[in-house]
Amino acid sequence: MERDECPCLATYPRGHACGMKRIVVLGGATGGTLVANRLRRAPSMREAEITVVDRDDAHVYQPGLLFTPFGSPEPRSLVRPRRAQLHAGIGFREAGIDRVDLDADRVYLDDSSALDYDALVIATGARLLPEETEGLTGEGWGERVFTFYTPEGAESLRKALTRFDGGRIAVNVVDLPIKCPVAPLEFCFLADWYFHRRGIRDRVELTYVTPLDGAFTKPVASRALGGLLAQKDVQLVTEFNTGEVDGKRGRLISYDQREVPFDLAVVVPPHGGAAYIERSPGLGDELGFVRVDAGTLQSLAKPNVFALGDATDVPASKAGSVAHFEGETVERNVRAFLAGRTLPARFDGHANCFVETGYGRALLIDFNYETEPLPGHYPAALGLPLLKQSRLNHLGKLAFQQVYWRALLSGRDLPGIAADMPTRGKSAAGLG
Amino acid sequence: MSTATYCGQSVEVNDGGFFIDPSQWTEQMAPEIARAAGIGELTEAHWMVIKFMRAEYAAKGTGPTVRVLGKSSGVSVKELYELFPKGPAKTAAKIAGIPKPRGCI
Repeated sequence: MERDECPCLATYPRGHACGMKRIVVLGGATGGTLVANRLRRAPSMREAEITVVDRDDAHVYQPGLLFTPFGSPEPRSLVRPRRAQLHAGIGFREAGIDRVDLDADRVYLDDSSALDYDALVIATGARLLPEETEGLTGEGWGERVFTFYTPEGAESLRKALTRFDGGRIAVNVVDLPIKCPVAPLEFCFLADWYFHRRGIRDRVELTYVTPLDGAFTKPVASRALGGLLAQKDVQLVTEFNTGEVDGKRGRLISYDQREVPFDLAVVVPPHGGAAYIERSPGLGDELGFVRVDAGTLQSLAKPNVFALGDATDVPASKAGSVAHFEGETVERNVRAFLAGRTLPARFDGHANCFVETGYGRALLIDFNYETEPLPGHYPAALGLPLLKQSRLNHLGKLAFQQVYWRALLSGRDLPGIAADMPTRGKSAAGLG
Repeated sequence: MSTATYCGQSVEVNDGGFFIDPSQWTEQMAPEIARAAGIGELTEAHWMVIKFMRAEYAAKGTGPTVRVLGKSSGVSVKELYELFPKGPAKTAAKIAGIPKPRGCI
């Protein structure tokens, strides 16, 4: 029945004495959608009221944005209504979030209304904070300095690349964490291929600029892939902490006064959690990411709050696959919490990614909190090759958009893919 | 992987000289590691950063980036580069006995 019709509310305005549990999910993108759908399908949640909150109805398939600068897909083909991805029986509130009052178990929305909850799941992701880097949104922003992490940015960059007929392109990660940590590297590989196809690769200088001490920092991946940048003639500048972007003169300037000149810069700005988290005392860390137990995904501030996806502070990558694998943990733990049971599920940090290497090839990496990316096959011995370029992996990545809309968002497990990182099929040498 | 000796004690370090097991670190080792990293005397500001790095590692499982250090360590980014000229996130991590900041691949 609808919440407002329940007779309990006449006597208990703040809750349901009948025991109807209210679950509020903040954020209607990857994590929010799949966890709301999982909870809706759970038999024990049949009587629960589930509401998803998002400020708009435009669900963007973010992985597609990496390809937009090179011609396709068009950003609007990456967008579908959020409502349409949610199972029947899930409420959708289109509103911004003002703040969460942890003590009162209440979310205040920006339309002056409020939602009370018995359990809260935060899935509001990570946002870009380009204003935190001096000069980034100043002169040159949108003209020779771009980001492909938004639909508008990716589209502007596409136009700029069609007009680009030679010079220096700098691809820079300002700081970590970022969504999809390999995307800037993939961008370099795809740019190499793009300019090669246009016949002007020898007129373009590509430089990957990172605050880390290498393009690859994990030992096994580093050995397997170390030669890739040299092979594709991508220059590497490491340990570069960007303090300022000078769009007028075309330079990246580090805090220790090193400079990387550019004619066109592709920048991944610093990231932070959603804005309302800073207005919700106790909830987030200094960057606005929700502080949770890395295994149970339960908030460290209040037991009836959970989080998944890019919004958390767990030391896993900010990637869609992580939200997918976390979904099972959060669903099981929310149900257990509402039933007064101890939390049974632990997330192991599992992530996997297709890494585009250009020329119709990609490589696949699979890892978790404990284990770095290893060679072998995924999910088992007969599967996609790991840490090795193949056309099959590239096709896998292209096909993935359909898998995303049709299967992943429903919160169902994908066939043969369990939430925990598999070890079968991997080279034993790297396994602890 | 290899070992290094600080304060007469043997500790495990990786190829770059970073501690593999932060629990092997003691405060007494910090000045010795700092000297080896080209940093002279450790002032109160240095120690604020070192303590912050260990606290972050304990809470998050990874050392903080320069941005987080600048926001929350009590020391500005400009000062951080004066204290640890060759890159605070990395140098301070080494002196604080925590693994270096790393990416996912």
